[in-house]
Amino acid sequence: MEISPFLIFFASIFTSNILLTNFLGMCSYLSISKDLKSALGLGEAVIFVMSVTSVLNYLVYKYILIPFDLDYLRFIIFIIVIAAFVQLVEMILERFMPRLYYTLGIFLPLITVNCAILGVALFLVIREYNLLQSLAYGAGGGIGWTLAILALAGIRQKVDESKVPKGLQGPGFAMIVTGIMALAFIGFSGIISIQ
Amino acid sequence: MGSQYKEIAKKALWTDNPVIRQILGICSALAVTNLVSNTLVMGLGVAFVTAFSSFTVSVLRNIIPIRVRMMVQTLIIAFYVILVDILLKAFYPDMSRALGPYVGLIITNCIIMGRCEAFAQSNKPVISFYDGLMSGLGYTLVLTAIAVVRELLGFGTIFGLRILGDWWVPWTIMVMAPSAFFVLASIIWVTKTFALKKEKTAGQKVIRGVQASGN
Repeated sequence: MEISPFLIFFASIFTSNILLTNFLGMCSYLSISKDLKSALGLGEAVIFVMSVTSVLNYLVYKYILIPFDLDYLRFIIFIIVIAAFVQLVEMILERFMPRLYYTLGIFLPLITVNCAILGVALFLVIREYNLLQSLAYGAGGGIGWTLAILALAGIRQKVDESKVPKGLQGPGFAMIVTGIMALAFIGFSGIISIQ
Repeated sequence: MGSQYKEIAKKALWTDNPVIRQILGICSALAVTNLVSNTLVMGLGVAFVTAFSSFTVSVLRNIIPIRVRMMVQTLIIAFYVILVDILLKAFYPDMSRALGPYVGLIITNCIIMGRCEAFAQSNKPVISFYDGLMSGLGYTLVLTAIAVVRELLGFGTIFGLRILGDWWVPWTIMVMAPSAFFVLASIIWVTKTFALKKEKTAGQKVIRGVQASGN
């Protein structure tokens, strides 16, 4: 049975959160989560890029790679599509929306190396989604990722003042918080499952 | 020259370990560590890609124009990742299915790009190869440690062999995602405390030395 796009959208935010269950996009997640504002900026950029590139990659895969039997080249092609799209967005923003460019601009290059974006594209292929399902998965994945980074940034800001053992400060602490968050998100998993 | 090689190995495997000290390549480090055998294959794949891409980048370092080097490096890395993917599919199809998209995600593993940028870009090919290999092995080391804990407590087995007897009640949480965070955090905690203590005693020694010479 085909899973409806709406279910995929919902599931990729909560039950199969791309960060908390698939561990994708951890690098920027750990390093940009020190304050809420930049976490939100990065999150917005991720949602946008992920939604569009999942559709682009789906189209490229279905209409170029499959007909020409170039399936094995998909890693390279996906990376190029993502990098080219990010570059394009950067140029358009700089030219037409300079204000948005200054708030979002510094985050865009980071996105090219965010493995969540590439991960979404690879999952699309493995799970054989169609166009609408891909869009739902991309948008939901981006929103889920943003939700997780915002939660972590909020918690980190709150506990900034408290005393944490020296060895645990920084990444170690962020990881334990993430672990507890992942436990909480498991609570949703009885609702739907798309894996 | 020999001491330089030793220094690189020590740094990559312990004092500057990419995963626990530099917090790089975390994504894949967590995702594949529920079984030791998967982890070993993944780790060796990363070591292979890191070593050969460092080597290639180093060979081409005077030819690649500085402005497009990121793109070229990514393409070089992607080339080796495709090799690993095809080899896995051909010889270990089950393993390839178990690792799923994470083989492809080696491309975005920051350790590889980091070694290309930080080392291979300004060093000779052979030593770059060695540096990449050591960084990859440092990554494998930490991953295997996590995987041993998770598989032992989660299934009571290591490499699929039963270690703990029937009395053992498997911890289901060790098979699920959150445990990866907890285990890695504990490892980081322990090693960082250890490193901090070492720094402290080293610092005290210096201070004592200064005082002694002052007297």
